[in-house]
Amino acid sequence: MKVGLFVPCYVDAIYPEVGVMTYKLLRSLGVDVDYPEKQTCCGQPMGNAGFEKLAVPLAQKYDDLFRNFDYVVAPSVSCAAYVRVYHPALLKGKSPMHECVASKKTVDLVEFLHDILKVKSLPSKFPHKVSLHNSCHGVRELGLSSPSERNIPKFNKIIDLLNLVEGIEVVEPERPDECCGFGGMFSVEETAVSLRMGKDKLRRHIATGAEYITGPDSSCLMHMGGVAKKMGLNIKFIHIAEILAAGI
Amino acid sequence: MSTKHSKYAEDYLKDDPVVDRHDKTFFGVREKRDRMAHDLPEWEQLREAADNIKRHTVTHLADYLEQFEANATKNGIHVHWAKDADEYNDIVLRILQKHNVKKVVKSKSMLTEECHLNENLEKNGVEVIETDLGERILQMMQLAPSHIVMPALHVHREQIGDCFREKIPGTTESNDPTYLTHVARLHLRQQFMEAGAGMTGANFGIASKGEVVVCTNEGNADMSTSMPKLHIVSMGIEKLIPDYSAMAVFQRLLARSGTGQETTVYTSHFRGPRPGGEMHIVLVDNGRSDILGNQEHWQTLKCMRCGACMNTCPVYRRSSGYSYTYFIPGPIGVNLGMLRDSNHYYDNVSACTLCCSCDNVCPVRVDLSKQIYRWRQELDELGHADALKKFMSKRMAWMFNHTGVYNGALSMAKMMNWMPRWILNSKMNPWAYGHEMMKFPKKSFHKIWKKMKDEK
Repeated sequence: MKVGLFVPCYVDAIYPEVGVMTYKLLRSLGVDVDYPEKQTCCGQPMGNAGFEKLAVPLAQKYDDLFRNFDYVVAPSVSCAAYVRVYHPALLKGKSPMHECVASKKTVDLVEFLHDILKVKSLPSKFPHKVSLHNSCHGVRELGLSSPSERNIPKFNKIIDLLNLVEGIEVVEPERPDECCGFGGMFSVEETAVSLRMGKDKLRRHIATGAEYITGPDSSCLMHMGGVAKKMGLNIKFIHIAEILAAGI
Repeated sequence: MSTKHSKYAEDYLKDDPVVDRHDKTFFGVREKRDRMAHDLPEWEQLREAADNIKRHTVTHLADYLEQFEANATKNGIHVHWAKDADEYNDIVLRILQKHNVKKVVKSKSMLTEECHLNENLEKNGVEVIETDLGERILQMMQLAPSHIVMPALHVHREQIGDCFREKIPGTTESNDPTYLTHVARLHLRQQFMEAGAGMTGANFGIASKGEVVVCTNEGNADMSTSMPKLHIVSMGIEKLIPDYSAMAVFQRLLARSGTGQETTVYTSHFRGPRPGGEMHIVLVDNGRSDILGNQEHWQTLKCMRCGACMNTCPVYRRSSGYSYTYFIPGPIGVNLGMLRDSNHYYDNVSACTLCCSCDNVCPVRVDLSKQIYRWRQELDELGHADALKKFMSKRMAWMFNHTGVYNGALSMAKMMNWMPRWILNSKMNPWAYGHEMMKFPKKSFHKIWKKMKDEK
């Protein structure tokens, strides 16, 4: 099995350790991973802002770079969701030479570990209490957990994975899948609402008594982290890849 | 980079306790709804059935409308067709004038808001009395509804007490809710007695029976139609469903989704005039046929106005109904406003984080957030795209499309760490409004990879 690693632009620039830990984790599980160096961005920032036409060449490039892998793994749920949910429509009719293939093979790290590798044990240790941030696109576009709105059997693939880590205590905040208010350019266009949502979310995470807020998407963590720092709140942020690979 | 919604919301958000109360109240309604949804094992099947019934009905609307008209006429109801708000207002006014009506009692109807019926009637010398308690309070306070199902939930009882003391003679100093309700009850009773006509909306029109169904918690629609001999129903053409089997599905979904009740207190079927009275149904298009022809947005016609999408929307709960420029707020309002007049209501398209919660509560499975995403794509062509946002998007796309430029930017990013805080925190940087700037690492993943792959 050949896996392409997609490290989204902002993770590349701001949180490279998330990419590194994802790579180390996959390698330790015996996966053959490659990282096409010409990759940049999936196009989500432009799409959510209302300029998805600008994202079309990026979707095309993504498809060209990743189409020959068996799977593409991204440690960022909203980017994986954008590729999977929106890329086919972006490339419809735009690439007559071939259909959009990489989209179907793209999964978030959690899906890859939980559904494809079906990981049942991990050598990692993380003796801390963490509050899980269920990012919206993970919950409602990728189906990493049962959305609180729906009457379907309860499940949470992220918690399943985190519980494989030795010493960890995983909790969820009240309103476990309410949005943190990031929303890409929403955070700079609707600044007041975004900030208020971020504060509310932080308060609920902190109320769990956790040391860390963790989640499958660094953009939510970046938003909450920025608000927490500005407010002088004492809580740490860590991507789940860093926990799942802790000690590897 | 801002919209009317973001500016109104910023203003609203200055009062923390008010926002707290608003958010908690509406999230509370969402939680009640969740309990109802989780109590029914067949909940998701009901949603699917409702979705399918509405898809079927709105795509066969012409047939069902004719069936409805034929059956209603057989039942002795006068059926009118209005292509737009003006025609609708004229039809209602003509009926009222023919019966020499000077005062109308009406139950809640979003369609009458949409067509500005009240203003139009008042202008022509007809007094209109809202009989839904929330709507009546707002009418006396001269305020618009801030939610489609719980229109006055944002008003405190002290404000209601003050309003009653000013408008209803004899009201004492007490703000006790039971007392205030009693005052309203006596006041409204008088209005029911004096009115020459009762107007209602319609939650559903049943084609096979030629009847309308009206759901209320206060029985005010029933009072409005029990005293006056003349009953006028205002109904959007999308309110039609085929038959009672369909009604059974919607009856189970409506109140559970909207207010977290198993059912509304009153579910009244109106199938003909009272003895010696007259009943009219005005079927209103007002843009609905155009929506039906709109490939991207026709699914909004499935909406039954339960309000669940507002209650769950994290943006609505923190910005309130008045931050939206269309009279229907929240996710469905953003979409309906754009369909009403995209040149006028585009400011609401920003009010969404694309969290998709609305898509999952919607009892008829309207793809609300996906539609908002699509509206955003249309803004540029409409000439309403934010200039700075467009500039930023173009710059980003250019950078991402040129790997060399992108790599250059990556190496430069760490320079940001050396920028003085006062520059980063300036008004030019909207991120700094509520966030401390992020620290950029010494090396990007791209750089680290080059080293890692050699060690592979």
